[in-house]
Amino acid sequence: MATNTAGSNDPTLNRRQTKRPKYSKFTQQELPACKPILTPQAVISAFLIVTVVFIPIGVASLIASRDVVEIVDRYEAECVPSNWTDKVAYIQSGADKTCKRELHVEKRMKAPIYVYYQLDNFYQNHRRYVKSRNDEQLRDAGKGNSTSGCDPETNINGVPIVPCGLIAWSMFNDTYSFSRNKNNVTVNKKGISWKSDRDHKFGSDVFPKNFQNGAIKGGASLNETIPLSQQEDLIVWMRTAALPTFRKLYGKIEVDLEKGDVINVVLKNNYNTYSFSGKKKLVLSTTSWLGGKNDFLGIAYLSVGGLSFFLSMAFTIVYFVKP
Amino acid sequence: MSSDQPLLSEPDLVPPVIHHRHRKSGSRTSFFEVAADSSTTDHHREVVLAKDCSFHSAFCNNNNNSGISSSSLTEAQNPDSEFRLECPTRERGLLRSWGAMELHEISTASAVTTAPSRRIHHKSVQFDEQILHDDNARLIYINDPKKTNDKYEFTGNEIRTSRYTFITFLPKNLFIQFHRVAYLYFLAIAALNQLPPLAVFGRTVSLFPLLFVLCVTAIKDGYEDWRRHRSDNNENNRESLVLQSSDFRSKVWKKIQAGEVVKIFADETIPADMVLLGTSDPSGLAYIQTMNLDGESNLKTRYAKQETTSAVSSEVCDIAGIIRCEQPNRNIYEFTANMEFNGIKFSLSQSNIVLRGCQLKNTDWIIGVVVYAGQETKAMLNSAASPSKRSRLEGYMNRETLWLSIFLFIMCLVVALGMCLWLVRHKNQLDTLPYYRKRYINKGPEYGKKYKYYGIPMEAFFSFLSSVIVFQIMIPISLYITMELVRLGQSYFMIEDMHMYDASSGSRFQCRSLNINEDLGQIRYVFSDKTGTLTENKMEFRRASVHGDNYGSSLLAADDSSAATDVILKRRWKLKSEISVDPKLMSVLHKNPNRDERVVAHEFFLTLAACNTVIPILTDGEFSGCGTSESTGYVECIDYQGESPDEQALVSAASAYGYTLFERTSGHIVIDINGEKLRLDVLGLHEFDSVRKRMSVVIRFPDNAVKVLVKGADTSMFSILANGSESHNSLLHATQSHLTEYSSQGLRTLVVASRSLSDAELEEWQSRYGEASTALTDRASKLRQAAALIECNLNLLGATGIEDKLQEGVPEAIESLRQAGIKVWVLTGDKQETAISIGLSCKLLSADMQQIVINGTSEEECGNLLGDAIAKYGVRSSSRGHQNLNNKTNADHGNIDISNSSKSMSLPKWNPGKEEGTTTPLALIIDGNSLVYILEKELESELFDLATSCKVVLCCRVAPLQKAGIVDLIKSRTDDMTLAIGDGANDVSMIQMADVGVGICGQEGRQAVMASDFAMGQFRFLKRLLLVHGHWNYHRVGYLVLYNFYRNAVFVLMLFWYILCTAFSTTSALTDWSSVFYSVLYTSVPTIFVGILDKDLSHKTLLQYPKLYSTGYRQEAYNMQLFWITMIDTVWQSLVLFYAPLFTYKDSSIDIWSMGSLWTIAVVILVNAHLAMDINRWLLITHYAVWGSIITTYGCMVILDSIPVFPNFWTIYHLAKSPTYWITILLIIVVALLPRFTCKVVWQIFWPSDIQIAREAELMRRRHDRLQSRHQGSS
Repeated sequence: MATNTAGSNDPTLNRRQTKRPKYSKFTQQELPACKPILTPQAVISAFLIVTVVFIPIGVASLIASRDVVEIVDRYEAECVPSNWTDKVAYIQSGADKTCKRELHVEKRMKAPIYVYYQLDNFYQNHRRYVKSRNDEQLRDAGKGNSTSGCDPETNINGVPIVPCGLIAWSMFNDTYSFSRNKNNVTVNKKGISWKSDRDHKFGSDVFPKNFQNGAIKGGASLNETIPLSQQEDLIVWMRTAALPTFRKLYGKIEVDLEKGDVINVVLKNNYNTYSFSGKKKLVLSTTSWLGGKNDFLGIAYLSVGGLSFFLSMAFTIVYFVKP
Repeated sequence: MSSDQPLLSEPDLVPPVIHHRHRKSGSRTSFFEVAADSSTTDHHREVVLAKDCSFHSAFCNNNNNSGISSSSLTEAQNPDSEFRLECPTRERGLLRSWGAMELHEISTASAVTTAPSRRIHHKSVQFDEQILHDDNARLIYINDPKKTNDKYEFTGNEIRTSRYTFITFLPKNLFIQFHRVAYLYFLAIAALNQLPPLAVFGRTVSLFPLLFVLCVTAIKDGYEDWRRHRSDNNENNRESLVLQSSDFRSKVWKKIQAGEVVKIFADETIPADMVLLGTSDPSGLAYIQTMNLDGESNLKTRYAKQETTSAVSSEVCDIAGIIRCEQPNRNIYEFTANMEFNGIKFSLSQSNIVLRGCQLKNTDWIIGVVVYAGQETKAMLNSAASPSKRSRLEGYMNRETLWLSIFLFIMCLVVALGMCLWLVRHKNQLDTLPYYRKRYINKGPEYGKKYKYYGIPMEAFFSFLSSVIVFQIMIPISLYITMELVRLGQSYFMIEDMHMYDASSGSRFQCRSLNINEDLGQIRYVFSDKTGTLTENKMEFRRASVHGDNYGSSLLAADDSSAATDVILKRRWKLKSEISVDPKLMSVLHKNPNRDERVVAHEFFLTLAACNTVIPILTDGEFSGCGTSESTGYVECIDYQGESPDEQALVSAASAYGYTLFERTSGHIVIDINGEKLRLDVLGLHEFDSVRKRMSVVIRFPDNAVKVLVKGADTSMFSILANGSESHNSLLHATQSHLTEYSSQGLRTLVVASRSLSDAELEEWQSRYGEASTALTDRASKLRQAAALIECNLNLLGATGIEDKLQEGVPEAIESLRQAGIKVWVLTGDKQETAISIGLSCKLLSADMQQIVINGTSEEECGNLLGDAIAKYGVRSSSRGHQNLNNKTNADHGNIDISNSSKSMSLPKWNPGKEEGTTTPLALIIDGNSLVYILEKELESELFDLATSCKVVLCCRVAPLQKAGIVDLIKSRTDDMTLAIGDGANDVSMIQMADVGVGICGQEGRQAVMASDFAMGQFRFLKRLLLVHGHWNYHRVGYLVLYNFYRNAVFVLMLFWYILCTAFSTTSALTDWSSVFYSVLYTSVPTIFVGILDKDLSHKTLLQYPKLYSTGYRQEAYNMQLFWITMIDTVWQSLVLFYAPLFTYKDSSIDIWSMGSLWTIAVVILVNAHLAMDINRWLLITHYAVWGSIITTYGCMVILDSIPVFPNFWTIYHLAKSPTYWITILLIIVVALLPRFTCKVVWQIFWPSDIQIAREAELMRRRHDRLQSRHQGSS
């Protein structure tokens, strides 16, 4: 019992000391903190800040977008001779697919002028399509036989295709050549793809093999002597588009086009979009710091800026009326 | 002395059991009380009787209006024949006993409750196995383990708390883990994704989330199990001395078997449940500490039977005998057995057994025989976890999750139907579409076969399934894991809260349940126990009425009183606690003006000193704890160890008046009367029970006079007093008026009486008593019959009044809770007067209140009283409408009041009366008897109507199950959350019944704490717990849930819009890894931190304006409306997310990976900005978490985009160079959040909530303070 009473003093004291929660601002939830609160001033200034930031950006992007000159020519209908009623039959036939178009330059276009082709109703983002590729095969010469994921375009009679998969197989193969006043306008097809893709994704020692040898030709053929890293059309095509309407870079024209110029385009209408009634367009466009011609950003920024200005005003009034 | 006891042949033997524990320390109400016991009082604690038997059945024939007590069995068998019960309570056949440990079954059982009257039935638990049928008994051959174990295959003493072994770990752990629905969902999704036509994600990627959670859980489980293994090993390899071939040899615990004889030394732990055979004390006494078992730190006495003590002490260890005991059960307060030893058959009870896990104290050694070993010990049987409760908010959350599942289903259906229609439309083109190609086109073995094309219906079905995979996070499975983490964090802060640390007991706040933190913020009803919860349960002897004279109105400290000091000087011992004495009473005792009076006073104190089960413990006086008197030199210090604080108070008081209980053994007690030692033989002791509500002790004085000393509750005592002369009657009246006075002062009263026994009476009693105490069945009722023989015709000695002090801060806490709109109901076992006076002193009741008292003694009377009250105070009978109205008026008042207050910046004056819509606040006081009738019958709804319209409800004299019944009344009739708070075992049922159970770590052991969800040291912490932590937790979790719904839905919807643009082909623009990381890594951390750390208001404000709590039970932080608003907002945000980039990059050469990258970043920034907008309190950690998440996302994207083999290689580098990218993100964020922000502002201007106003007030006050301090600084 002696130990009991003796023990009851000291140990309890110790125990208390250890058991008592230690004071710290953290454990007591008293850390210094900022408590934002929606005071009238804060609200109004928030809206004003948005206004101040958004309206200049909106104006700038609208100006940038307006500066861009864009020529769009839809040709998939006109480029089928009128005597062919069945367009699919025409495109699959061996007939001459050459088609001549004229483009009028409405406004001066400064180099570089980007040449795009635009496809419509082409679901490059379809799950079957997006997955139908094999990145290892494209990158590594030693992995030529790895065709997993490429179905149904993997091999022909057991011999693997390089590059395999639906994406490569269905590569776009219309070609365009431009002339102005009978002078050829050269289209630079170098550097149209991402440098990172050329350097790391598509091997410089990987050559096309057994490509487009199947029963049905899906699209462009590839020169088997040129490594994939230099097949820029393929590289561009293999960056599958996000949306069913998309543009892909065809090349760059590195001379200025003057106002009133007439550009003659000789194109080979090879690609079959008729089977899925897809449109084909040729696009010549200059570029700004914001990219191509698109007023959306400018309008959106201006309207948001305007709206928040209106709101800030409204709240100012409300606060004056109802303090 | 006991020659006239037929059963005990040896003359020196005392009756087998004398004083031993009344089950639980001071439990006011026994566990064994039965539902129907309507008249439990607080006095249980005061009187502790020998409980030799295990309360087998109740016998009420001597108590006319007491209920039926204790257990069960015989009653269950022949309900009507044996009992004449006046109370038409429950169906008699259904009476059950329920032990403390069985209580947890209540919560499950009550879930199936259908009708109120049935409830009790379900709640009660029957121990059929308790009956010691001979065929059901367990036979233990003492010291013959082989024979013992041959027949029955008892378990060895090895314990195993671990769940797994090394080999079974993996399968078993996985099996257990997959019991969770969440994991099954993960598994199903992952399995779906493995099917070739459905492979949306890469196969390994889709397994990642599942593997992640499985690994984390497995590691956690494995670690815990390893620790269990280690502690098991330690435990199993401890050693004890075991009798082996006539010699005690050391043996490891796991080898000990039932039937073996074990010797334990002081301070050792008991290895198994053992029946005591002998101890170092010649009378067979042993002290044990049951800290490990029930948390009570005081010492308890156990006895070896006299018959065996002698055999064991004689060194020769050839012990043989048979113990016939009940099958293992988990009731630690009961043990029924008998023993045949040397040809004598006698009974064993709870006082003869020591349980595993207890420690031997103050006794040199004990020898015992193992009856239950290993897993069969009561300690192991009791180690089951308490049931888990589910929070209200989680229930709502599940409802909304169902909605989300419906959305998910609809979205998947849209995709499937779209797919179907698209395929039908393009049916003929499928072979030629360059992006579809349903057949193999090249020559080879597969030429012409269909490639992944299974026909339109199947394709549609597959696209349905694969969209389920893509949209899987619509069901926020991770939310459950997040919530667990958040609650863990919240609990940490609650535990660490210094303001909830009780310095006096050194106990911190405890979170025993991790599931219901947020429920603390929605409490509407608080059911509080009184004793030990509102009061300190530290009893102080205040008043005494001796022989019709009232004493104690002027008390002096013992040392100051001159009359007392000379008495004290004579003493050689000293009490540990100081008691103040009334000199007047002192002088009555010593300077006898009236002989008669003196004798009565003498006997009065003798009874106080003798009639109890308190154990005096002597210590040397040199210790500082009590060595105050240098003058007297050597002083012995007496510490009274008792189970009930009342008894301790009484014994201490008696000691202060010179009657010091000095020694107590099983056969005698020694009382020091003013220096003279008086040895009294204890012939028998009738322990306290809830039926008799008194205890008595039969004492033989040195002069061979035999007296029975009784103390008990006034109601049970006055009926058994002797009807005598005129003077006697006046004495009776005087005492009764004193009692009324005491209880009106809030004192706990007891009546003391005594009587001399004639030889004939003694003999009859002894034979009955002896028979009863060795009876195997029905012991309790037989003992009660024996007690009835002598507990009659008593001479009134006096009455006592004991004060139970209010705990610190109770009135303030109650006032705050009331202001917060929480209704505080007090449920107590005390008398009506006591309850009312305590109610007044803790400001529960106020003088201006209209008190409705309902204490009917019959059903009709109760009905009438209720009806009258309802008619009189115009209570609306439709409870539902009333409730709504109530809420509404509450809400209105709240708004008005708080806006006024914040504008005037002054403390709001709440008028509590206003709340109820009636002019005078009502207080309902109802007693247990009436409750029996009311809860039983259709009157329940009337009671409910009345009670809910009263401001205060006080229920007195309620039994534990009635407490639960009242909680259930509210729980089943309203949607309001209930909280029960209590400290004793009698509160366990209530604690488990309520939505939130809070236990007070008090004087009454840890039963309540063990059953509770939260435990704390003092009642006043409840204020902080609810108003501060409850509020915070509720708001945090409510926001967390909404935010998580939003966070996942906005992502899924974004994917959904995109899939509509991909010919319904379930393409995701996002990379597989980004999709998986989104909810795991990119956005999960901030929500956790915000869920743990965010607070809308400081604790000062919350405590200052308790009304702010009402936002919780009005469900302001989480409700259906908010859910739908959030969902609408989510749709808007996802549309912005999807269409802003779509329009920006319309007619451009953007590729799918760049678009996906943009969307990934945009959605992560958006949800974090959304969160940032809603954070109330920015800590450094919050900044890190929110902005860190965005940076982490960028980091991950950079890493993922740097791996050439992914098709998304280098995307982010390209994007980051273009200004369009950044401008688009900015646009998305602003446009997406604009409506939410505007709504928030508008809402705040025109319909500000209390919280916002309080926040503003808080901020203004701070600014004000800062200005002032700056002012002072400058001047």
